[in-house]
Amino acid sequence: MRFRQAIVAAMTDEMKADESVIFFGEDVAAAEGPFKTSEGLLENFGPVRVRDTPISEMAFTGAAVGAAMMGMRPVIEIMFMEFLGVALDQLVTEGAKMHYLSKGEFSVPMVVRASCGSGLGFGSQHSQTLENWVAATPGLKVVQPSDPQSAYSLLRAAIQDNNPVMFLEPRILYAERGEVDTNLKMEIGRARVLQEGSDVTVVSLGNMVSVARKAIKDSGLSAELIDLATLVPWDRAAILESVKKTGRLIVVEESPWSGGWGSEIVSFITTELFSDLKSAPMRITAPDVPVPFNGTLEARYVPTSEDVSAAITEIVTNNKVLQPWWIQKGLNR
Amino acid sequence: MSTSLERREALKDNEILWYERMLEIREFEKRTNELFASGEIRGTTHLCVGQEALAVGLATVLEPEDVIAATYRSHGIALAFGLTSHSTMAEIMGKATGCAGGVGGSMHMCDKSIGLLPTSAIIGGGMPVAAGAALAFQIQNKPQVAVAFFGDAATNIGAFHESLNLAAIWKLPVVFVIDNNVYGEYSRINLTTPIEDLHLRAASYDMPSIKVDGMDIYAVQEAMTQAVDGARRGEGPTLVEAKTYRFSGHSRADQALYRPAGELEMWQKKDPILLTEQALTKKGLLSEAKILDMKAAMVEFIDQAINQARLDPEPGLEQMFENIYTAAKASNA
Ligand SMILES: Cc1ncc(C[n+]2csc(CCOP(=O)(O)OP(=O)(O)O)c2C)c(N)n1
Ligand SMILES: [Mg+2]
Repeated sequence: MRFRQAIVAAMTDEMKADESVIFFGEDVAAAEGPFKTSEGLLENFGPVRVRDTPISEMAFTGAAVGAAMMGMRPVIEIMFMEFLGVALDQLVTEGAKMHYLSKGEFSVPMVVRASCGSGLGFGSQHSQTLENWVAATPGLKVVQPSDPQSAYSLLRAAIQDNNPVMFLEPRILYAERGEVDTNLKMEIGRARVLQEGSDVTVVSLGNMVSVARKAIKDSGLSAELIDLATLVPWDRAAILESVKKTGRLIVVEESPWSGGWGSEIVSFITTELFSDLKSAPMRITAPDVPVPFNGTLEARYVPTSEDVSAAITEIVTNNKVLQPWWIQKGLNR
Repeated sequence: MSTSLERREALKDNEILWYERMLEIREFEKRTNELFASGEIRGTTHLCVGQEALAVGLATVLEPEDVIAATYRSHGIALAFGLTSHSTMAEIMGKATGCAGGVGGSMHMCDKSIGLLPTSAIIGGGMPVAAGAALAFQIQNKPQVAVAFFGDAATNIGAFHESLNLAAIWKLPVVFVIDNNVYGEYSRINLTTPIEDLHLRAASYDMPSIKVDGMDIYAVQEAMTQAVDGARRGEGPTLVEAKTYRFSGHSRADQALYRPAGELEMWQKKDPILLTEQALTKKGLLSEAKILDMKAAMVEFIDQAINQARLDPEPGLEQMFENIYTAAKASNA
């Protein structure tokens, strides 16, 4: 099934399993979602549980917080991650603090689904990944699937979780197809080792997972591919174990160079495994620029499988890291 | 070739040119739609077919130093205010000659020389900015006016209410224009908003408001003149609601199948181009033959603009790193 259908399937199964699951967002009910991620939900679960909202992200995000505190399990859709900007307080400063500020008496079992990322020509205000808006908020979990299976299993886990969960959906993957086993459970906080290897650990997330997978194949080298899947709390043990084995680490991120989640991984691994590393760890990211509209520029904005496979070859054969492409080309510092 | 500002100023007291500019917008949007359907334009487009009188009417009223903060649905505003069809189309095609150098795309029109602030693709994004521009004019004692231009559904976002309140208590020279085209995305206004006469919302801010037939360019001019002149005289903000209709779908491939039967046809009888034709014919300024001539010439004109844009170069990779920070020194450095 397609990635977007896996979202629908997870929503359907959770709404069937638990009557307190409700769903709202802009054009998600009658129109079944701008990206068709809620096909059939209104029809199957009715207008009390599946609702269209006005263009009022602040109100409906906060309404999810309040409803969650009173026993519902709301899932809301923020059409493009950027639109969370007008509602950030309600999620980060209200929702994520309620448990803490009530000595644990209240909990906020809600999921915020949002599409994110570049690649479709939506320009600089509709193409950012923006996980760093929410990744430094203790009390909030952050999850990002990379294929239909993880979309299905992680969304179910997110809805079942009793904490607020930010669920980031790489928009470019909505049409991707893949096998989905609806009995397969995935835990929030667990990374997935997608491919074992001995010479380098490649950690990636969301849309970058398939880019890394292709790069590994093209390089012909033995690389261990890890899909981080959960950004907060991220799976330190899994990455530690893998890098202990391989001695080398590459992190592939779609987000800008500065302030990216990969820095967190590199910093932790460097501290823990400093003397075991065969090479400096390396990050492959987008440059520190807004996402450009022009198709050629946008395609160059994100890390490519060529970037990643060149880096894999360099680190494995020479124990060296490559400079980012924009520095190699002398375009920027 | 005339500058954007000359194109805008030429509209003053030249009714034939109003008609011609409306034809230009209509033909431009028609071709944009075709180019999108054929895959020559990527990303997304939001057409303003049916809303030409509002854009052109507003443009005829403003002075060269006034500014406007508008939205992703701004091809019409851009052309009415003076951007050339070539530079607008080049932007939509992602060419270096586009009004944003090809990094903006269809949702991001800009031309400082005509006071067109970069249009925002975030609902509510432009309203506080327009209030701020007006604040600067007020402090600087300049007789300038700022316009915030947005849709009906955008009156449900917090920024609308906050901006109106702020503008009211500070008596800012700003005009808030609601382009009430009856729909926000796939939802008819009655489904998301308790009232359909949105100018009534001004009452909570003790702000004057005007409701105007947005299909009638003369009515638009009269309403805008009243609001803009009042702001210029220091009487503070006005909320103008223009009743229009979105003849196209919301964006991209939307067929607008959710419309009630007959609604589009009813509004098409009030097609602003038709109404203007009738008015000008009555005044003896247009004849059937002249109308046909002008329409044929416009097809040719837009064809040329498109062909020129097609031949234009794309931005180079280095363009990705430009205009992120200004190199200009701080004034007190
Ligand atoms: C904060 C935010 N929420 C949602 C959207 C998605 N969106 C884009 S246009 C639109 C409908 C806006 O309708 P309206 O204000 O009536 O303007 P129109 O498109 O009709 O010109 C929506 C919901 C957005 N761009 N920004
Ligand atoms: Mg509208």
